[in-house]
Amino acid sequence: MLFVFMLATFVGLQVIRNVSRLLHTPLMSLTNAIAGIAVVGSILLAGERESDLTTILGTIAVAASTANIVGGFLLTDRTLKMFREKQK
Amino acid sequence: MNAHLIQFSYFVAAILFILSLRWLSHPRTARRGVGAGAAGMVAAILGTLLAPEIVDYKWIATALVIGTVIGIPLSRVALTAVPERTALSQAFGGLAAALVGTAKYIVWLQHGELTTFRTSAIVLEVILGSLTFTGSLMAAGKLREIISGRPITYRNQNLVNLSLLGLAVVAGLYLAFFNNAYWPAFAAIVVLSLVFGVLLIIPIGGADMPTVISLLNSYAGLSAVAMGFVLQNKLLIIAGALDGSSGLILSIVMCRAMNRSFTNVLFGAFGQVQPATAAGEARTVKSATPQDCADLMTHADRVVIVPGYGMAVAQAQHRVHELYELLTKRGVDVKFAVHPVAGRMPGHMNVLLAEAEIPYESLIEMDDINPDLPQTDVCLVVGANDVVNPAARHDKGSPIFGMPIIDADKARTVIAIKRSMNPGFAGIDNELYYGDRTLMAFGDAKQVIGDIVKAVSDDGTGAH
Repeated sequence: MLFVFMLATFVGLQVIRNVSRLLHTPLMSLTNAIAGIAVVGSILLAGERESDLTTILGTIAVAASTANIVGGFLLTDRTLKMFREKQK
Repeated sequence: MNAHLIQFSYFVAAILFILSLRWLSHPRTARRGVGAGAAGMVAAILGTLLAPEIVDYKWIATALVIGTVIGIPLSRVALTAVPERTALSQAFGGLAAALVGTAKYIVWLQHGELTTFRTSAIVLEVILGSLTFTGSLMAAGKLREIISGRPITYRNQNLVNLSLLGLAVVAGLYLAFFNNAYWPAFAAIVVLSLVFGVLLIIPIGGADMPTVISLLNSYAGLSAVAMGFVLQNKLLIIAGALDGSSGLILSIVMCRAMNRSFTNVLFGAFGQVQPATAAGEARTVKSATPQDCADLMTHADRVVIVPGYGMAVAQAQHRVHELYELLTKRGVDVKFAVHPVAGRMPGHMNVLLAEAEIPYESLIEMDDINPDLPQTDVCLVVGANDVVNPAARHDKGSPIFGMPIIDADKARTVIAIKRSMNPGFAGIDNELYYGDRTLMAFGDAKQVIGDIVKAVSDDGTGAH
């Protein structure tokens, strides 16, 4: 698991170093959306019907992560649409 | 069968996330990146829904709908408000991590399934999640100016803050290694981390927000990683690590652009009004009318515009675009010099200018444009201040000494548009304004540029 973490961080650093500085704001909203991956853990919790309390916590967590996913991807796309090349 | 399918969907999702970030390296492929990211997320969610431990889909479905309903308006905010929105989204990420961690602690405590490893991972997840949650909410509040953007300091601030965090860590170690059933220690960790998040952001000034947002971005990613360790889920670890490394890189870029270290940003309380060093010394400025500015720029070969957050506050970017169009049509070479920390989050200025329909080829990074400034006829400074302050180069007493700046003062003529002679966000006087070749155009940026545009186009109806 630690190995996976270190490898992913290494890949992340390599890939993100190459992101154009022009796009640092979309990069942030895109990674916000990707961090919405917390939805995976939240879904497992909300669906396993362990107790009322854990279901409530899970449901809030799914809603918060989904808001990040939906908001993040839509906003990134909207921002990127604005970057246009010079008209020839 | 399902187990394989779940693993496969996670594998696909991880690959798509990496490609998504890779395609962000150029504006031309960037939108494809969004598609890949979204597809990866759909794969991850569908895969998770197949998990055998899910027995009830009702609440999941409800939450997915609620989240979508909250998420859509959050994607439609004005681009000037994107920093707040980003902070808010990081708060959501932190919240999700803290809640899942808390729930897992409760469940495993009741079943007697807490191990040292599980408890440590949960403690890490809850500390990171909670402090990201309140810290990001504070940052959003400061950016929205619900909370004062000025740093709030008190005696022994760093000592108090670090002691709180230290206490939370000690409580965590106790839980992990001695008595994982002692739930008041767990509650204390949650409370201490929440308070620490608030106190961490209180002393940080508005000018440091780009760094702070990047750092919180990193924490939000790391809390997802910690969740991955708790749930033994590789996809959470990978996606969280990608988010974490993006936050780390952005923080480094921001810190370098200000010539400051992480610790200095977090513990330095930058942004207080500094006592003016040369107080009382009468210094004169030369002022210019919009007509003067128009004449200078229409007769120039090369104009460099330095935009700052003030431009966005005055909503002047569309006027700036008109000016850009008019001058370009007349054959003037117009470029924009973008400082990495201009605006309130990394890359903020670029997005605002792109929204105003300025082609991205004309947006030039500081390091690439500085060599051209000595051959520039007019450098127009719109709402930027500290990033063009020459004191950063030579005045050892200045709080911004050592910060890389855009060499506006090296241009043949500088025009600075400014509301008044008040110092900028960092509270430092700017000697650029007193330079021999500097002209000040006083007034609201939108108004002044509007007047310049009018003067240029009136002139254009005559000869040329």
